[in-house]
Parts: sequence; structure tokens; C-alpha cells
Amino acid sequence: MINTTLQIIKDKERLTLNFKGELTLYSLNSNQTNIKNISLKNFKYITINLEKVDSIDTAVAIFLNRLYDDFKNKNIETNLIVINNDIINTLELVKRDNLKNRVKQKTQKLSFLSSIGRYIYNYFREFLLFMAFLGNVFITKIHYLKSIQNIRFKEIAFEINESGIKALGIVSLTSFLIGLVIAYQSAFQLKLYGANIFIVDMIGISILRELAPLITAIVIAGRSGSAFTAQIGAMKITEELDAMRTMGFDPYIFLVMPRIIALMITLPLLIFVSDIMGIFGGMLVANIDLNITVELFVERFHEVVDISHLFIGLLKGPFFAFLIASIAIYRGLMVKNDTQSIGFNTTKSVVEAIFAVIVCDAIFSIVFTSLGI
Amino acid sequence: MKKIIEVKNVKTVFDNRVIHNGLNLTINEGDIYGLLGPSGAGKTTLMREMVMLQHIHSGSMSVLGYKLDNISHKNAQKLRREWGVLFQAGALFSSLTIAENIALPLDEYTDLSKEMIDEIIKFKIDLVGLKQTDANLFPSQISGGMKKKAGLARALAMDPKLLFLDEPTSGLDPISARDFDALILELRSLLGLTIVMVSHDLQSIYDTMDRVAIIDNKVIAYEGSLKNVKSVKNDFIETFFGKFNEQ
Repeated sequence: MINTTLQIIKDKERLTLNFKGELTLYSLNSNQTNIKNISLKNFKYITINLEKVDSIDTAVAIFLNRLYDDFKNKNIETNLIVINNDIINTLELVKRDNLKNRVKQKTQKLSFLSSIGRYIYNYFREFLLFMAFLGNVFITKIHYLKSIQNIRFKEIAFEINESGIKALGIVSLTSFLIGLVIAYQSAFQLKLYGANIFIVDMIGISILRELAPLITAIVIAGRSGSAFTAQIGAMKITEELDAMRTMGFDPYIFLVMPRIIALMITLPLLIFVSDIMGIFGGMLVANIDLNITVELFVERFHEVVDISHLFIGLLKGPFFAFLIASIAIYRGLMVKNDTQSIGFNTTKSVVEAIFAVIVCDAIFSIVFTSLGI
Repeated sequence: MKKIIEVKNVKTVFDNRVIHNGLNLTINEGDIYGLLGPSGAGKTTLMREMVMLQHIHSGSMSVLGYKLDNISHKNAQKLRREWGVLFQAGALFSSLTIAENIALPLDEYTDLSKEMIDEIIKFKIDLVGLKQTDANLFPSQISGGMKKKAGLARALAMDPKLLFLDEPTSGLDPISARDFDALILELRSLLGLTIVMVSHDLQSIYDTMDRVAIIDNKVIAYEGSLKNVKSVKNDFIETFFGKFNEQ
């Protein structure tokens, strides 16, 4: 690509820069460093010779103009030899642009404190926006309660299919494996003490009460949460949300509420499936590894695992669902008019939803324990 | 003449940036009214304010006799059924086919029978110049120009009195663009519509618009018919309209 050469001739007080061929962006940097390396102390006359240059581009023109001005400013007599008209025009074009008063944009440098302040303020603002979102959801809920005709059954059914029925497979599989792993790890420890039968207590209580709701919520946060954010975010970018508003269709009624309600209905059901699959996994390990027959497992299960554990697990469902759906949709509505922001908000939505679910679970744990349930 | 839209002293501020600083304009019944100006002048913003997608900072705005600043939810919903809006890229609902897109407002707001709605859809599809076979395609399967036509059909679904068009001819090839202009003129004379449009297309501006407002430097630089537009000294007007007569 490089078919230009720079010939540097030093002759006492005179420096001649002979350019040749095609001067383009590609050769610019090497020429620039070559010229920079010349110490200019001894020279009083400099000639920039472009006689043998075929063509230049604007980048080179900017460079040549700068070079010329630099030499002039250092009180060195500089000659520019050009014969090609096109080259003169290009140089003139760049020079003319240079003369224009460019208004310099002031970029404010933020101090450490003010950038922290900004960061926190932004979080605070996001929090307020989320509260406004929840307020809007609440108002829509009232609208739903006013008349049964206001409820969008079709959309709710669609979302139940999307985020419930289609998630059955992955939720079952994950829960089954979790049950399997938990049982397998504890079986080894229990065998040491000869306390084989306690596997039933362990599996029963931990899965029903904690693991099934949590695992299901995390899978759904990753699956439906991200889908909600991306769907609504994309609708925002394509102006579909605006189009809905101008047609008088409130997105909260048409998009937000159906998703929240659908997830609040499906999550407890999925948790129930997850309970079954998790315990099934545990039962399998108990049978193979600890020689506990299915009859024995079920009998023991009836004896030691109270029904309240199941209900507590299921009760968590709607709460987790509300958190996941509202965070995901809120994130979707926060998408700005660029594609990057969909990815950013989808990531945030999943992370925040999982975090919120775990915090909520911790609160439940404390509340139920202090209530003695 | 009846005033359809009245904008008085409207000020718009984004963060710290002033977009409009005291806009005044009036749109009469039956007008094809253009909002013109250089890029970033806030034409689309003004239109978004007219259709209640954005709030104004101060001033007042009334559309079809409703004051927008303190409109009740009920009146706002009523108003929204009386206008149609065509967005720049059509903004069709991507999960619905073209026919379903057009049917949506009819389904939601009327108790028409399925047959009647189908009939209306067929008519609107013809009206905007789409083929009946396009009706069952999804927005992702059709071209940009067809999306605009489908968007127009959806905007016309409820037979609005007022139509907002955001750059209806941008991104269309010259032939489709002229067709679109002819369509707009035809719709106006057939349905007695009042049309507000943002446009950059000079040919389309001269062919269709009765009156224009030129927004420049946060204020209205000119309002009135195109004939006298050059009587005003303004850089944008000179460069934008100056060239057209030289052709």
C-alpha cells in the first residue's frame, strides 16, 4: 500500500523534504515520525517539495498545513513547492476550514466527589422512577378491579403459556438435578453417622421451603424476565409504545398488567412442579445410594414434613413473580432510543430481579421463623 | 374557519436545553399544514406534544377543542380516538399482521361484527394502495414503504378528523413518494381530513401543503402559505426554499 517515499536532504542550514508519489492516510504516520525525529536546531531554511507528488488526501493536507505553520512559528523560513492544482485545492480546502472559528466544547472534568454524587443521585432518580412505575401499576390494578371487562384475559392467557407452560421443561429439569445433587452430597455425610433415614427430612424441608421457590424464581427471572425487558425495550425503540399511547391503548393495561398477573399465577404452579421434581430426584438417590425404598420414603415424608412447608414455599411464588415481572418491565420501559440500551437493561433486569428475589426470600425467612411457622 | 389546533406560547425544555421558546401557531380545519425547519429544530417534538406523548414546559395547546394542559383521562381517551398518527417508521405492532394492526382499534373501541371489521380492513387496505394479499403478512415481512402505507391505513381505521404524519415520504423512492403525496391530497378531499405533517421533502411540501410553520432558533420564523415564504429573512428559508426555484 505504501508507495510514497519521503526523502530528507540535510544541507548545512537548508532542510529539504522531498515527497513523492501518492500521499495518503496509510503512509502518514511513518512520515510524521520521520519528520519529528529531525532536530530542527541548525536549519534556517526548509523546503517542502511536493513537485513529484501525484495526489494527497485531506488527512495529509491537514498534516502538511500544520507542518508549514509549525516551521513558521519557529521562525524558520519555509517554502512550499506545489505544482499540481488538485493538491493546491486540497490544501486550500483544509486551510479554509481551519480558519473557521471552531467553538470549543467545554468538557467539564468532574471531581471525584461530584462524580460520586452524580452516581448516587442517578440511583436515587432511578429509584424514584421505579416508585412512579409501581404507582402506575397500582392505578392500573384499580382499573382492573373496577370491572371484569377491563381485564385482558387474552393477553394474560398468552403470557401464561409463554412464561409458564413453555418453562415447564427447564424448571423440572433444573429442580430434578438440584434434588439429585443435594441428596447425593448429604447421603455421603449421613451414611457416616448411619442416619440414612434423615435424608427424607432434609430433602423434604429444604426443597419445599427454600430451594424449589428460589430455583424456580431464578430460572424464571433469567427466562421470562429477560424476555419481558427485551420485548418491551424493542417496542419502545420501534415507537410501538408511542403508537399505542396515541391510539388510546394504555401500555400499562395492555402490556404491563397482563405480564405481572400471568407471572403471579404461573410461578406458584411452577414451584409446585419444582417441588415434585426436586423430591423425586432426592428419592431416587435415597433409593439407590441409601437403600431407602419408595414406600419408606413416602411414609417418613408423611411423618416428618409438615404441610406448612409446602404452603410457605408456594406463598413465596406470587411475591417473587411480582418482583421479577415488575423489575423486568420497568427495565424495558427504561430502554432509550438505542440498541445498546436493550442489552444493558436486559442484563440489569436479570441481575436486579435475582437480587430482589433473594432479599425477599431472606425477609420471608426471618418473618416466618420469628412467627414460629 | 374552525381552528383545529391552537398552540400558544409553548416552551419546551429538555434537561437544560431549550427546544421551543414561545411557539404560536394555528391550524384550521381542512388544512394540510406543514411543520418545517432544520434538523433538531423540534418539529417532531412539537408534533409529539400535540398528540400528548410529551408534556410542554409552559404555554398552552388545544387540539380539536380540548385543552391539553388539564385534560381529564376520559376526554384524553375520547380525543385519542379522533385522530390518527403515522410514525416515521410506521410503528406497526410487530406481533400482529397488517390486517390485525388495522383491526385493533376497531376491535377495542367498537362492537362491530367480525365480518364488518374485515370489510373495513379491506377498504382501508385498498384506500392506501396496498394489495389485499399483503394483509396477512407481518410487519417484518414488508418493505419500508409498505409499512408506511400500512401505518397510514391503521391511522385511518377509526375515520379520524385529524391526521398527524411524521415525515411520510422520507425513505421512500421518488415514485412512491409522489404517490404518497397524491394519496394524501386525495384523502383530504375524500374524507375532509385536517393533516399536520413534518416533512423535509421539498417536492412534497410544494405539492401538498396549504400552510406551513417554519421552526428555527426555538421560535416560529414564518407561518402562512408557501407563496410568501421568501418574504422573511432567515438563513434556513433562504437555503431551503432558495434552491427550489432555481431548478
